[in-house]
Order: sequence, then structure tokens, then C-alpha cells
Amino acid sequence: MTERDKILAAIRANQPVLSPLPEIKFNKVDDDSITDKFIKTLTTIGGKVVCASKNDDIFTYISSVTITDQRILNMTDLADLKSLQSDTALPHSLQNVELAVIKGHFGVAENGAIWVTEELIGERVLPFISQNLVVVLNVNDLVDNMHEAYEKIDHAGYSFGTFIAGPSKTADIEQSLVVGAHGARSMTVFLIE
Amino acid sequence: MQNVTKNHAELATEFNKDEERVDWHDETLWWVRQKRDKAAHQLPEWEYLRDTASKIKENVLSNLSGYLQQFEENAEKNGVIVHWAADAAAHNKIVVDLLTANGITKMVKSKSMLTEECHLNEYMENNGLEVIDSDLGERIVQLAKEPPSHIVLPCIHKKKEEIGDLFHVHLGTPEGNADPQLLTEAARQHLRDTFLTRRAALTGVNFAVAETGEFVICTNEGNADMGAHLADIHIASMGIEKIIPERKHLGVFLRLLTRSATGQPITTYSSHFRRPRSGKKIHLIIVDNGRSKQLGREDFRNSLKCIRCGACMNTCPVYRRSGGHSYHSAIAGPIGSILTPNLDMEKYSDLPFASTLCGSCSNVCPVKIDIHQQLYKWRQVIVKNGYTPKSKTVAMKMMSFTLSSPSAYHAGGKVGRWVLKYAPFAINNKLNPWYKQRDMPQPPNASFGEWYAKNRKE
Repeated sequence: MTERDKILAAIRANQPVLSPLPEIKFNKVDDDSITDKFIKTLTTIGGKVVCASKNDDIFTYISSVTITDQRILNMTDLADLKSLQSDTALPHSLQNVELAVIKGHFGVAENGAIWVTEELIGERVLPFISQNLVVVLNVNDLVDNMHEAYEKIDHAGYSFGTFIAGPSKTADIEQSLVVGAHGARSMTVFLIE
Repeated sequence: MQNVTKNHAELATEFNKDEERVDWHDETLWWVRQKRDKAAHQLPEWEYLRDTASKIKENVLSNLSGYLQQFEENAEKNGVIVHWAADAAAHNKIVVDLLTANGITKMVKSKSMLTEECHLNEYMENNGLEVIDSDLGERIVQLAKEPPSHIVLPCIHKKKEEIGDLFHVHLGTPEGNADPQLLTEAARQHLRDTFLTRRAALTGVNFAVAETGEFVICTNEGNADMGAHLADIHIASMGIEKIIPERKHLGVFLRLLTRSATGQPITTYSSHFRRPRSGKKIHLIIVDNGRSKQLGREDFRNSLKCIRCGACMNTCPVYRRSGGHSYHSAIAGPIGSILTPNLDMEKYSDLPFASTLCGSCSNVCPVKIDIHQQLYKWRQVIVKNGYTPKSKTVAMKMMSFTLSSPSAYHAGGKVGRWVLKYAPFAINNKLNPWYKQRDMPQPPNASFGEWYAKNRKE
């Protein structure tokens, strides 16, 4: 018997009689209040939300937080951002990215998280290694809670996906909150109407 | 861990020598517990979620062998290489063999309590391999050559001045500077260099989905992602109990995990790994290490529902005042005290006694493990197996004699009250363990029995 078979046999011998899986019931929330809820939650956990009506707002914001020569990587198809440098070679070469602009699939109001998959970011490491992160999200792409989130993801066949909720942070030293642990130091979300 | 000869009470005594630190530890963890309460109370469906999570885990444990095979099959279809390890030694050997086969001598690791349980770091170092922990708290205890004292807050026992001194010596921060912001930035720079130069990264696993073969890792710092997405080889180590049946069940667990742990609505990153990056490898090690045995212990199998949030530690009056290291095991606190006796009943026979059985742990557990009841049951198993500490055995025998004999009981009460009143020094001394960190109460004039008899006559 292989190690695998021995482990499985031991588990089989010791597991109790089959207990049924419970159904997951939840209330679907589908009103305008979830936008406010999303903004409030993400702001509380250290993110920044800007409601924007046009792409110019994003461009203006980016010029205001970066200086010339800082590397900016745009992964969105927004024409206004075409002028910014876009290239992904080795993931390690992204170490000097000051700001990455990515699209998000949808946001979750109860926790401020945004669902992002590999095809939106090119390299998996991008939203983590970039010093700052900008996420562009359509205001209609919001759900209330994580049950709705997984209903929306459904059986999607992504290779890598992640919920990102605010900037990277730690409180490991005496429970003092410090923003900017290993990932992005800031997360700004543009909610496009 | 290192101090196998000392038990929980002795190690707690050492921790209690520094009263100011104990107070700080106690209050800080209680503050985290209060944050948990605030987060939980914001969800009207909180109890429903706990109940559902508990039932999902119940189903998992009842079909664990089936789910593991389903998970393995789907993970392999996704291009993940699956390994099985019966115990800690087998797990550590798989890791070292993988590194050696690829000519890798240095690895970066994110938080994994399983590798603490397996003592992987020691094993790697003995094999001439370097491992760097990348979670800030874990890096701090690694530099201090200590084990973590809490599963979520690894260096909660340390003061910032001590961390400042450590960083001054190892990372060259200014002497005497203990500013958390500055120290965190120093660690960020140091570990960024580590992430960029390591070809292998090891992570833990929070949840493994049988239906899809994907696994989920939750961090606030982003260290698991930084390691895994820059390495050629990602090794993920998981205990057999990390399985959940379907992807939609993540909704339930991700809502509970961080609210229970720190009071946050979710961790900053909840990353779902399904397939390796093009041209790279993911090796997944499924580890038993005593879990299948615990599954067979009817009274204790529910401990395998644990999702490692640490809520039971933050609320525990004993943990808060004795510190994680007093439990001398990889997982401290109430949950550690019901998991570790399964691994070595004699070595950890003291742990189920490190509790007041107040039940607070069971009340905050997001998967409704009956922790305090299991602590009580372990005590009985340990006594039956003859692993009780000598002092407890003698005291228990005396107690049993006194309580079964009315005359001895009454005489004992009288003597006790007389001594407390006229000769308190006979009790308020170092020989009485109850006097440590406590004052003895004022004695009543009469027992309830005497008071009742007297008042009835009147």
C-alpha cells in the first residue's frame, strides 16, 4: 500500500456515518444602498473610493499621485491611459512599478473586497508587487455579500483569482496598525457610473 | 517545545513574573476579542453562519476520504502535483527532496501552522537549507529564535522595544527605535529582496475545494502571494481537514474567518490558486500527522473542524494571562489543548487542565466546536491513562475522601475558616498555589450549614 492509500484507509476506517450537507440560505440585497455600503466598508478598512463619471477623472488622479519617470502599468482598456507604459515580461521586472491600474470583476459591499482574476492583471504578482493599486470598477458591478459573490463567480474556470480588500497591512507589532506590509501601500477604487 | 520538562503551570509562572507585561497581554487580546464581537454583531445572520459552517464541516468529516480523493483528482487535472504525508517526518522529507531535486537551497515561507507543527524550519536548517518566514510576526519570532505564541498574532508576547532591538541587530534599524511604522518598513524592504531572489515558496492552505481542486490562502500582508507568484516552485502544505466540498461554501467560511480572528470583515487578500503559472509548478502536500486518529476519537473529532481563527485564544482567561509559550505546543490556547494531547498524551497531559472550563471558547468558535467540553473529556481520558500530575492525584484523593465523608467535610471547613482568620500566614504563603497572584478571601464566620441550623432555630 502506498502512503496515500494508507492515509485514506485510516480516514475511511475512522470517519463517522455520513452527515448531510446543509443548504446555504441568504437574503439577496439588490438596491442602491449597497453602493454606499461598499464605499463605507472599503473606506473603513483603509481603501479609497472615488466616484467618477468619466475616464478623465482617473487620468487626473494618476498624474496627481505620481511624478515623471515613475513606472505606471495600465492593464485596462481605457483609452485615456494608453499613454502610460504597459509591458509585462518576467514578474520580477515589475518590482519597480509605482502604480498599477487594473479592472475588477465586481465588488462586495459587506467587506469592500474586489474580485480579480489572472486575465485582468497579466502577471499574478502585479497587484501585490506594485507600490500602489488603482482598480476601475463599474458601479453596477456590486453585490451585497460573499454568497452572492460566489453565485456570480459560479463555475468560472480561472487559473488564479483573488479578492482584494484595501491596502496591504499588518498589526503584528503590538497590534499597531501599519499600512503597507508586503503588498500595495494604497488601494484606490474608481467607481464608474 | 524546547522545554519538555516544564508544564503549563510552571511556564505560566515564568510569564507571570512580569506583571506589567501580563496585564498588557491580557488587555490587548481582550481588545481583539471585543473587535470580534463588534464585527459579529453587525451580521444578524451570524449564528446561522456558525451553524451552517459547523454542519458543512460535519459533512466534510463524515466523507473526508471521498472529498480528499475528489480534491486530488481535480487538483491533478488542474496541473497541480499532489503528495501525501502520513506524518511530520514524511512532510519535511518531501519538502527537502523537492528543493534538493531542483538545486534550491533557500526558500521563503508564509504562515503555516502545519509547518510549525512539523518543525520544518529546524529540519531544513539541519539539512543545510535556509528558510525565511515572511509574515512579519513570524519573521520577528524567527529572528528571536522562538516559536510563535499565537496562531494569528505570532509575536503578541513581544514588546515593540524588544522588536526594535532585534531589528537593530539583524536588519540595521537605528538603535533604540521602536516605531512600528519604521520597523514594518524595514521588514518590507528586507523581505522584498527575499521574495525577489527565492526560487521556491512554501505557503499554508486555508481552504481546499474538493469540487474544483483549487485552494485558498488568506493574508493581510500579501506575503503568501508575493512568495508564490515570484517563485518557480510553490509548495502548499495542508492538513487533511482543510477540505470543503464546494466553492460556494467559501462564502460561509470567508465571512466567518476574519471577523472571528481580528474583527475585520475579510483579510486584505483571499487568493484562489487553481492552476500553476505557465511553466511553473505547484506541489501540494496533504498531511495526516495524527488527524485520522483524532477523527476516530468520537469525543474529540469535532476539533478537526477548526479553521484556525484564534478566537478561542483571544477570549480565554487562562491563555490571556499565561501566554502562548506556556502551552509548549505549536498550537496554543483552548483549541491547542484539545488537538495536541492526540499527538502525545503524556507530553501534553497538562494542557486540558490549563482551563477554567468557563466555556467562552465554545461560545466564540465560528464552527461551534464544543471546546470546553472536550477539555473536560480529555481530563478524564488522561486520568484513566495514568498521566495525571502527582500533586493533582494526591489533592484529588484527599478531595474525594473529604467530600464522601460528612464529618471530615465539616471538620475541614471549620479548620479552614479558623486558619484563614487566626493564622492567615499558614495559607498566604508560597506553598499554596492559590496564593500566587491572588489574595485569599476573608473567611466567613460560619458555614452555610451552621448559619442555616442557627437561623432555623431562631
